Amino acid sequence: MKKNGVRAVVFGILLALATGLVVYGIADGGFRDVKNKAIRICNECIGIG
Amino acid sequence: MFISGIKDRFGRFARRYTQLIAAVLYNLNIKGFFTGKIYQGDIKGLCAPGLNCYSCPGAVLSCPLGSLQSGLVSAGLKFPFYAVGTLLLFGLLLGRFICGFLCPFGFLQELIYKIPVPKLKKGKVTRILSYLKYVILVAFVIVIPLVKLAPGFCKYICPVGTFEGGIPLTIKNEALRPLLGFLFSWKMFILALVLLLCMFCFRAFCRFVCPLGAIYSLFNPISFFGVRVNMNKCIGCNKCARDCKLDVRKVCDRECVQCGECIGKCPTSAIGYGIRYKDFRRM
Repeated sequence: MKKNGVRAVVFGILLALATGLVVYGIADGGFRDVKNKAIRICNECIGIG
Repeated sequence: MFISGIKDRFGRFARRYTQLIAAVLYNLNIKGFFTGKIYQGDIKGLCAPGLNCYSCPGAVLSCPLGSLQSGLVSAGLKFPFYAVGTLLLFGLLLGRFICGFLCPFGFLQELIYKIPVPKLKKGKVTRILSYLKYVILVAFVIVIPLVKLAPGFCKYICPVGTFEGGIPLTIKNEALRPLLGFLFSWKMFILALVLLLCMFCFRAFCRFVCPLGAIYSLFNPISFFGVRVNMNKCIGCNKCARDCKLDVRKVCDRECVQCGECIGKCPTSAIGYGIRYKDFRRM
């Protein structure tokens, strides 16, 4: 059960980090950047180059 | 919470329906398939958990891997905090449960595997090949975007982009056809190879190539929800790993896509879906 406890702590830290990254990313314009890339046809993705 | 009695009710069919529903939800812009134009609404800033090309005419969400590469291409100007955070969040919450339940390309591979041809069984070679996806992750998803400033995986490998984006767009969008060249032929070759291989080898792309699966696999040992083993019931017969078509050594290791096929095969009903950090620990 000790192993599980360590995992829970790692999980908690990473979850806080992930939430922080998402929140900071949105504030930093990351959501807009992803959207701007995704609303245009990606030439590399479809094989044009 | 531990759900072990799901082998009949919430078993194979429920997973098929979940995969189908996920594929439809990711690609709700049905109109796009007829017009040859991609969706441009605001929600496209959200990443889907599974591999689904954002240049698919139906896609209403972004590809997490494409977003990460695109972010890394411009990492010199701005680090892709949002894309990295989203991948981290998906991995922590569900791990490779996403591969088993929420990935349209995984679903397609499983359907192709139903074609009645001789099947390749797992072994030492497939086990070694399963490490290839980590090499692809580092080389094509991280290094090439940072060094060559191009989304390496999308550009040179991704069969999903060809299948979901390249083919439907070039069929409906005449303006794109004159632009097709060697790269498109190369990507069509990769797609054909992957689909052919999937007829003989279960989820060959997920096991050997997919960098998104490689990312999520790192979180399998700590993911919040997924397949769990009740150690009080487990007798250590290892039937779960032996009967699994993937290169797993134990339930919920890095190769496990948490499909739950082993739930019904466990002689002591020790396996089920559940939440970690409660009563049950990993096998």
